[in-house]
Amino acid sequence: MASELFEIVEESIEVGDVIKKVERREAGAITTFIGTVREWTQGKQTVYLEYQAYIPMAVKMLSQIGDEVKAQWPDTIIAITHRIGRLDISEIAVVIAVSSPHRKAAYQANEYAIERIKQIVPIWKKEHWTDGETWIGDQLENVPYKAGKPTIKEIEG
Amino acid sequence: MITVLLFAHLQESVGKDRIQLPIERTTVKELKTELQQTYPLPELDRVMTAVNEEFAKNDRLIKAGDVVAFIPPISGG
Repeated sequence: MASELFEIVEESIEVGDVIKKVERREAGAITTFIGTVREWTQGKQTVYLEYQAYIPMAVKMLSQIGDEVKAQWPDTIIAITHRIGRLDISEIAVVIAVSSPHRKAAYQANEYAIERIKQIVPIWKKEHWTDGETWIGDQLENVPYKAGKPTIKEIEG
Repeated sequence: MITVLLFAHLQESVGKDRIQLPIERTTVKELKTELQQTYPLPELDRVMTAVNEEFAKNDRLIKAGDVVAFIPPISGG
């Protein structure tokens, strides 16, 4: 089921489950990216994170990234699962698995996907620090776009 | 009726995650101005907008039944 290749979930992510979605006999390589919750960011200590998503649009945008990957690396299959809700240090926030006949495409497509997630998928992270809390995005902790927001060009890719 | 969805700090500024407005027809830009008259949302000028789950520009027309979401700079991954 193609729709299940791209998921937003509230429970912890099993990496093996995401990998299984892209396994196939034609594959000679599977790359897996695992995004985890980091404790220290520029000297500030994170206690836990809270992710929020505009779920239907986020799934749609993940699927769009899948289409973009398919256009650039036709032999790949990609699956992405992103978790939302409260996550503690070291927990997995996102898993991207890409299979391809040869490793280069699997590496390239995987890196492309995580960069695009940070550009077009409506998911927000709230850092709960030892000394306060902040929604990340237009704050000093993170500058995702030069203009403080993505340009239409960045969104349409 | 137009439904407006709010996320992240926008949701906290307003104190709710959705607003229903009895408007028949407007544009993204006009809607932002209208909301700013009622709610403390100065940052609306700097956020992206999605109409029915697709990114839209300021001149995009909005009609009754549409779902408008304001998308602050995102930070997934």
